[in-house]
Amino acid sequence: MDEVFDVIIIGAGAAGLTAGIYSSRAKLSTLILNEGAVGGQMVLTEEIANYPGVESVKGYELANTMKMQAKNFGCKIKSNIKVSKYNFAGDVKEIELTDGRSFKGKSIILTPGGRPRSLNLEGEGVFKGKGISYCATCDGDFFTGKEVVVVGGGNSALEEAVALTKYATKVTIVHQFDHFQAFEHAIQEATKNPKIEFVMESELRGFYGNGQLQKVTIEHLPTGKISELKTDGTFIFVGYQPNTESLENLVQMNERKEIIVDAAMKTNLAGIFAAGDCINKRYRQVTTAVAEGTIAALSAAEYLRN
Amino acid sequence: MNYLRTALKEIETAKELEKYLSENENVMVCCGRMGPMCLPVYDVMEELEEQRTNVKFAVMGFDNPEAASIRNAPECRGFMGIPFTMYYKNGKIVQATSSIQSMQQVTSILDSKFGK
Repeated sequence: MDEVFDVIIIGAGAAGLTAGIYSSRAKLSTLILNEGAVGGQMVLTEEIANYPGVESVKGYELANTMKMQAKNFGCKIKSNIKVSKYNFAGDVKEIELTDGRSFKGKSIILTPGGRPRSLNLEGEGVFKGKGISYCATCDGDFFTGKEVVVVGGGNSALEEAVALTKYATKVTIVHQFDHFQAFEHAIQEATKNPKIEFVMESELRGFYGNGQLQKVTIEHLPTGKISELKTDGTFIFVGYQPNTESLENLVQMNERKEIIVDAAMKTNLAGIFAAGDCINKRYRQVTTAVAEGTIAALSAAEYLRN
Repeated sequence: MNYLRTALKEIETAKELEKYLSENENVMVCCGRMGPMCLPVYDVMEELEEQRTNVKFAVMGFDNPEAASIRNAPECRGFMGIPFTMYYKNGKIVQATSSIQSMQQVTSILDSKFGK
């Protein structure tokens, strides 16, 4: 007979792992199904310096600790799976994977997280790892003595642009608006850095090169004028999008494809909860994801008791 | 010296790499750091290690001086993103990739180079 888990969690980022820790510690049989790397957006952060109680920790270390905590409480984790179908009807819900396996759970916590947005431009796939990067910490040193472009205007873009000035001789930030969405301290750090130049109200239109990225084209949005910029590399930080495509028409979402939940992390369906970067919220921090994962697990436990 | 913390075999010296390649027909070596572009590839390899018994999986620290043969391989010329992932058949490089790779991208290379 198939095992029916008390809680199945979709996703192993900060919210999913926290939900896994809480539900498995509450002696609920718990399974985490994870499509990507364990840790989610946490592992994209070099250093986390604002996690209360921990002075400074590398993102992957925090993720690894959470994973071990969940496993030590008995939580099962299956990574690199791909869900093909959700069936949320009835008291026992079923999740089918593309490899033919299926898992049943009395309650489901959706924590699929988000992913960095790509620009979906001509040449983006071709030059990934050959000039296009999504991580300054990882790849910055390849661009020592070179000129790079950073795309975006949020905290990540400006902070990573400043970090890249350790290596690059010149960093050009291309941003679609005439102002930045980043926090003031990040804007000040970037604007006072002599190696950083700004191309505002502009968007990239294409990547070109011969085996390696050599230039990008940029459109100045108010005038429509297209110009070329020679560059050795482009770092893309244009925000995140929720990984909720496969849940569309199954649970209620807003226009940004974020899952709508109440204060108890309940969705519109009985026994289905959601937490982390996939839900309708303003602030996306490890601490908020952890809090929501906790609430979702406690709400799921309460649902199972009732 | 151990550079990486994964469940995969870590190769620490150039000699060890040479020996590993000479003893195994199909080898995938991911040369990276403990960062966001590398960890997903290690996760994929850990998952595949159980399923693909015809392939040997290992990692090597990108900052390990002994990994020079990977960093300087002609197949990696132009690579500007870690990890550098190498696929060897009978000791020869048959494919190399730069930066993060998905499960689908890795399995597609394994299928085409080493068979299913």
